[in-house]
Amino acid sequence: MAKKEDVDYFLKQSGIDSEREKIIGQHIGYRYDVNLLPDYSRLTPFLKEYIAHMGWEDLNWLEDVHMGYEEGRPAVFDRNINGWVTVPSEMKLPDNQQDRDMLARELLVKFQMSPSHPLVQLNKAYRKF
Amino acid sequence: MAGVKSSRSHDMGMHTEQLSGRAMQLFFNAEEEGGFTYADAFEVDFNKRAEIDAEGVSVHDINLRIRKLMQEGYGTIVLKNPGARHSLCAGILNRLNLIIEGSLGYFGCGLIDGPNVRISGRVGWSFAENMMAGVCVIEKNAGSTFGAALRGGDLVCKGSVGSRTGIDMKGGTILIGGDTGAFSGFMMQRGRMVVCGNAGKNLGDSMYDGTIYVGGEIQSLGVDAVPEEMSDLDREWLKRKLSMYELLPKDGSVDHFTKIVAGRQLWNYDNLEPTEKKLIL
Repeated sequence: MAKKEDVDYFLKQSGIDSEREKIIGQHIGYRYDVNLLPDYSRLTPFLKEYIAHMGWEDLNWLEDVHMGYEEGRPAVFDRNINGWVTVPSEMKLPDNQQDRDMLARELLVKFQMSPSHPLVQLNKAYRKF
Repeated sequence: MAGVKSSRSHDMGMHTEQLSGRAMQLFFNAEEEGGFTYADAFEVDFNKRAEIDAEGVSVHDINLRIRKLMQEGYGTIVLKNPGARHSLCAGILNRLNLIIEGSLGYFGCGLIDGPNVRISGRVGWSFAENMMAGVCVIEKNAGSTFGAALRGGDLVCKGSVGSRTGIDMKGGTILIGGDTGAFSGFMMQRGRMVVCGNAGKNLGDSMYDGTIYVGGEIQSLGVDAVPEEMSDLDREWLKRKLSMYELLPKDGSVDHFTKIVAGRQLWNYDNLEPTEKKLIL
């Protein structure tokens, strides 16, 4: 990922750069740095409140959540539905990946805990005990 | 999947199905009122405490009792006399303080999502397998495949662990105060593993992504596991994480840690196909 210095690279480009990618017609690897460690000085008030509520001392599972870029749109991957949740178009993106990651974390928590989350419907339909 | 139609593989007729998946429109408002827990999670109070004596109680009944107590709002549960039995405290999908006084057998705390677990004893094979979120701290040693397929959260063993630690881990953090056995981080896909002591043979074998930090000696590196220089962000993160669990060396330094990452030579496995064909022929 180091060669992709521009934070908007995957919003502007398809990511099909190498010979191999051109042959197979798709980008190889993630469209964000999965190993990027969070900068805790950039925690949002919502995330601080969430951490305190859960009784944790840090972001815990959210350390693995980043803002990705799918089909030219900013999005966050929700492991519970195995799909991308796109960031609303009216939402202004910060100019650096660390702040974008914090935004993605906040958005994902709100989505997962929402009564509109698809797992709520699945739970009602299929829960056995 | 931009660019598929103009690729050489498409011209050769290799794409006959849609690869991009299907979009689903959901009605979700980021500003709507929502809690910090899953919609169907039990409301618990950390100050409300209960105890379970596991002596003579079946594993099934112990797990059901934990669930019942959470349903009644207990946020702190103390489990006494677990007797190193298997599959205890599995499938807890709630915020909870769980204190286990004793040791667990195989597959303890598997599939958990959210609780903070403290174990005063040891744990057997595959502890916290498929853990999604939360914190697990083990005061003594752990068996093999510790944190297998871990997805998220902090998994801490203050002693030493067996082989294949974090096999197939897809996220989260594993912290080991002592040593780890052979093939630790095998097929790791993402997440972080910190070993304060030594690591056995074939560390990070076939890892696709993720990061391993080792404070002691590494017996040998596995296929495609390569050292990388530590950044300031790495050092800061390591210091913070290790001090959270009282594992930071007395001098406060993490400079002796070696960082291991994927060499990414295995990402395009079909590059090996010609070799395979040659072997078959």
